[in-house]
Amino acid sequence: MAEKFLIKTSPHIKNNLSVAKVMWLVVVALLPAYIHTFFLFGYRTVWVSLAAVAGAVVSEALMQLLMKKKITVYDGSAFLTGLLIAFNVPPSIALWKVALGSAFAIIVAKQLFGGLGYNIFNPALAGRAFLMASYPVAMTSGWKAPAGGFLSLDPALTQGFSGPAVTKFLDSVTSATPLNALKTARAALNDPELDVPAREAVEQLFSADSIVHSFFGRIGGCLGETTALFLLAGGLFLLIMKLADWRVPAGYLGTVALLTWAFGGIDGIFTGNPLFHLFTGGLMLGAFFMATDMVTSPLTRKGKWIFAVGCGVLTFTIRMWGGYPEGVSYSILLMNIFVPLIDRYTVPVSFGEVKA
Amino acid sequence: MNIGSLFIIAVSAIFINNFVLMKFLGICPFMGVSKKLDSALGMGGAVIFVMTIASAVTWLVQRYVLDKHGLDYLQTIVFIVVIASLVQFIEMFLQKSIPDLYKALGIFLPLITTNCAILGVTIMNITEKYSFIGAVVNGLSAGIGFTLALIMMAGIREKLDLADVPSAFKGVPITFITASLMSLAFMGFSGMKIG
Repeated sequence: MAEKFLIKTSPHIKNNLSVAKVMWLVVVALLPAYIHTFFLFGYRTVWVSLAAVAGAVVSEALMQLLMKKKITVYDGSAFLTGLLIAFNVPPSIALWKVALGSAFAIIVAKQLFGGLGYNIFNPALAGRAFLMASYPVAMTSGWKAPAGGFLSLDPALTQGFSGPAVTKFLDSVTSATPLNALKTARAALNDPELDVPAREAVEQLFSADSIVHSFFGRIGGCLGETTALFLLAGGLFLLIMKLADWRVPAGYLGTVALLTWAFGGIDGIFTGNPLFHLFTGGLMLGAFFMATDMVTSPLTRKGKWIFAVGCGVLTFTIRMWGGYPEGVSYSILLMNIFVPLIDRYTVPVSFGEVKA
Repeated sequence: MNIGSLFIIAVSAIFINNFVLMKFLGICPFMGVSKKLDSALGMGGAVIFVMTIASAVTWLVQRYVLDKHGLDYLQTIVFIVVIASLVQFIEMFLQKSIPDLYKALGIFLPLITTNCAILGVTIMNITEKYSFIGAVVNGLSAGIGFTLALIMMAGIREKLDLADVPSAFKGVPITFITASLMSLAFMGFSGMKIG
């Protein structure tokens, strides 16, 4: 067997990075945000993340045992997937659903494709999409008011939305996340029959106060949607350590900012508030920690730009016109589908090659 | 019927109600011809071509033959016959007058005679009460949506050839799992309101 003589093809350049080192460093980058959510949601954070991580690690070990492969749960990739799923669910969701989502992510989206390195879709996002399809109510209404924080709207304004006139097109009126509130307000704005302070609601959401709250995470949302500041810090750590390519978050955030500034407003062109869209929802988490996944993003530089801009355009489209208030997870999944094609058509010209 | 509503029909048929990933029609060519990118492109071209023409012809048949004589109940069978003979006719016509296109479409043209997505799109044109132009645009965009799904799948499958898939899942099973995950991703478009 190959143990005796180590025969390998090039490249022979050694790098002191290993899979385990990369994964655990990404986990470290997520820690500040994680600790912050502990202060927001208390022990609920711990239980949700324990369920998610346990579900992921146990299913990874089980699958590798069944397929008689080397068990590699210590490399942290299953741990990271679990942690990302915990960041992607509302805090008060039932714990077994979280664990089930993790199991789906690892078993179906990762191990059936051949394990780490072969998966087409980002496992954590596939898990989230699975949970969204299976338990849509639990996934979109289990918000919890963060300790000492704010729900996204003044109670006075929220009252305007809970009248009988509104319930005809709303599933729930406790619109706790800012993006939910924005979507509701925009819908109300376009419906002349409704007499609710929709314009005031949008203005309040776009106000400097609201932006500051979003940035420091005093808003409702999934665990990973509430901590723009700490996710940004963790993301910068990844960029500095060169664990993520800066092109992806730059292209992604830049596209979303530009599009929401240009077309996201309610008073015509260039009246939107890009900061609101950058700091709310899962954008920070998605742009820095999920779109940059080395396995499911393109290999080439040009491809990375295409991927990032595509994610941005899709996120903007879903946020503005989609049925869901947030589109980050779906955008990245959709662009994951295109990665093999992007890689295929952006192969760089080899040194010395002359175009025919 | 203005440009705006045609745009809505197009976006809806390509993304929101993608025939393969959301309506689960035409799964068999989707599975069968998505192994290589080249054949996926050929198949996609043939489907776009036939869907557009079939939409136009069946709309006229429905309007001027079935509706006029109260023969609605024959819709399914008439459409099947119309589409099948139409495809055969197009094939003969192309072979004789545009041999290049005939060669490009190759075996895929006769293959889609019985593609359920074609029947699906023509019946949808009637149930959604589209105008003639609307029906043609719907057929064209449904074909584009089908081609999009086919190309994406072909790209993924060429990559999967190199993946260490468990032997029980090699081939068709992993393709179905991939298709289901693609469908999950396309759920992001569900409920989208445009215009």
